Amino acid sequence: MSDKSKVIYLLVIFCAVAAFPFLYNSLSTPVNAKIELNTPVIDAMKVKQCIVPKEEMRRDHMKILNRWRDEVVRDSHREFGNIDGVMYEKSLQRTCMHCHSNKSEFCDRCHAYASVDVYCWDCHLAPKENKP
Amino acid sequence: MIEKALSGNKFYWAWVCFLLAVIAVGVASYIRQFHYGLGITGMSRDVSWGFYIAQFTFFVGVAASAVMVVMPYYLHNFKRFGRITILGEFLAIPAVVMCMLFIFVDMGQPTRILNVILYYTPNSIMFWDMVALSGYLTINVLVGWTTLSSQQKSVPPPKWVKPLIYLSIPWAFSIHTVTAFLYAGLPARHFWLSAIMAARFLASAFAGGPALLVILCLIIKRITKFDPGEKAIKGLVTIVTYALIVNIFFIGLELFTALYSQVPGHMQTFQYLYFGLGGHGKLIPLMWFSTFLAISAVVLLLVPATRTNQITLLFACASVHISLWFDKGFGFVIGGFVPNPLEKVTEYWPTLNELLVTTGIWSIGLLILTALYRIAISVKVELEA
Amino acid sequence: MSTGRRQFLKAAGVTGLLGLVGSPLLKIFAPGELEASSEFREGAALTARRWSLVVDMKAFPTEESYTKCIEACNYTHNIPRMDNEKHEVKWIWPETYEHAFPDNYDVYLSENIESMTFLVLCNHCDNPPCVRVCPTKATFKREDGIVAMDYHRCIGCRFCMAACPYGARSFNWRDPRPFTKNVNPLYPTRTKGVVEKCNFCADRLYRGEQPACVEASGGALIFGDLKDKDSNVRNILRTKFAITRKPDRGTLPRVYYIIGGS
Repeated sequence: MSDKSKVIYLLVIFCAVAAFPFLYNSLSTPVNAKIELNTPVIDAMKVKQCIVPKEEMRRDHMKILNRWRDEVVRDSHREFGNIDGVMYEKSLQRTCMHCHSNKSEFCDRCHAYASVDVYCWDCHLAPKENKP
Repeated sequence: MIEKALSGNKFYWAWVCFLLAVIAVGVASYIRQFHYGLGITGMSRDVSWGFYIAQFTFFVGVAASAVMVVMPYYLHNFKRFGRITILGEFLAIPAVVMCMLFIFVDMGQPTRILNVILYYTPNSIMFWDMVALSGYLTINVLVGWTTLSSQQKSVPPPKWVKPLIYLSIPWAFSIHTVTAFLYAGLPARHFWLSAIMAARFLASAFAGGPALLVILCLIIKRITKFDPGEKAIKGLVTIVTYALIVNIFFIGLELFTALYSQVPGHMQTFQYLYFGLGGHGKLIPLMWFSTFLAISAVVLLLVPATRTNQITLLFACASVHISLWFDKGFGFVIGGFVPNPLEKVTEYWPTLNELLVTTGIWSIGLLILTALYRIAISVKVELEA
Repeated sequence: MSTGRRQFLKAAGVTGLLGLVGSPLLKIFAPGELEASSEFREGAALTARRWSLVVDMKAFPTEESYTKCIEACNYTHNIPRMDNEKHEVKWIWPETYEHAFPDNYDVYLSENIESMTFLVLCNHCDNPPCVRVCPTKATFKREDGIVAMDYHRCIGCRFCMAACPYGARSFNWRDPRPFTKNVNPLYPTRTKGVVEKCNFCADRLYRGEQPACVEASGGALIFGDLKDKDSNVRNILRTKFAITRKPDRGTLPRVYYIIGGS
């Protein structure tokens, strides 16, 4: 085998490997990234407002949860007051999931889309959902 | 230099392939353990450390024993060890790597292992063990590699190596002392709560490690063109003999304190290990076998005829190593957990999966050892040619 | 994250501290418009300078009386019931005198003691060896004396289990979920590979509730502040002779047992 053909073979293999993720994604069915906000608790709210503005939640929820985690477990600071002075318990199970009781349509959808693998649910219990 | 590890006859490659196959089985077994949890091992709520931690403890000793060739050569100008210093240093490297791997496979949450650095906690001996082991690995890699490559080029080693070599001597003592402190500072376990633990660890290390080195030297002499030298081996044998006798003496001290004082907590584990406790005694045959090997090794090493005969010497050194392996690499750690703090007996025996992971780690150690020795011996043989 | 936001979160931490003072303050802060913000806590948090527990053995006459305590704990904390005894997880469990107090055992002790069942649990030591040996501070001592676990940080090295003189710690040798049948939806489970133990119901205290075992004990377990000289536990300890488990280990256990007499 000449060096030239070796290079060509390897180049083809390289291109195939490099292009694989793009091909794979374009051929597979797109993941539904639209999160569902309507749960019974949220529907019943007069003002539909999360603990902080939703843009911030979208961007920083993981940071907030990490901070809450340390503050609750290690410093026993269990309460969070937002800019309007509303107090919340820093709790994934008791606060976040109380409103967002639809983990599969809320957490999971976006995490699946972003290919994020969280281990929250190894320990924390998600609310029971009535799956159709 | 590294290219020398990539050339060899078909026996060399067959050996490497064999080790790789065992490693593959070990990795597969570890993946199984990773998904199932440590419940796949023989460990339990009562015996919460098992074979992995016991093997870790044993191999820290093997790693520390490199100092027994380094110290006489560099500190006391004991020229005979000049030919085998590199073998000692290169034995320490795979030994430390195995220690780290044994700790790693014993973690319940291995993905969080960096928490030990991220949330460093100096009041935990585990933190110091990490510092000691990684430092010792670095020192030995740097010293071994630099001195060997200087030898290859027939130039004196760079100046910065000397202080590092001197540092490696107290460091070697420190790794095994810190490992003993993991056990000796626990108020919960009478068997381990002993001031002599670090000294006993060092004595057994300086017997078991050099014994292994003697075996390796005899093998090297037979299968390669490099002769470590009769005098070097003789020097090692002297170290093995005295260290072994000191170790037996230390165990005797432990036994006296426990049995003469008659304090139940101090006696119970010895009772369990050698005679059984409450009808439980899975470790009795191992402990007596270990005792038998240790005593016969002392005899073989003290009698001049058997000490000089290569076959009986090989047998004696294997006895030392295996005896200490049972004592420290099994009985010592398991025994500490029996009886449990509520004075109940739960027994431990490793499972197949646990043993496969263990043999995988041994094979990784052997593979590193093979490659390093191949490099060292090729360099030495070239120089002598 | 913008600087303003970060400062706000710091401020929020301070308000969080204020919130610990009690619920009346919360009512002022919370307009009560939002569902989530209302009534997440019933009474004021129970606080102490040094929590401790007294076990009054005379008040545990029947097997049923202590089983209730264990079951309350098991449900509250989602303790799994493992099928293999070697993988057992237990926070509070029954022992005989011989095993609970092995150093104080003698064959000629009163028959009464022989038949007694002692509830044992984490002693929340003042000088806890588990905290001393933990390489990541995953187990730590809180200001109120509770020896707590951070399951998020635990690497599962089990050094703490080797260090505990009371056998109070359990390891999750397997995923506990399949073995947790009756699930309390308000408390997490654990994951495989972490160590766990009694936490004196730290989150119930925050909610103003007594620990689950204490609540279920019908007065046999007394929980209170050891540093308050007028507290319930101090009053009992002043008048009745109590013992602790393995005091010779220097751990200063904070669970006391009143065995008999007055």
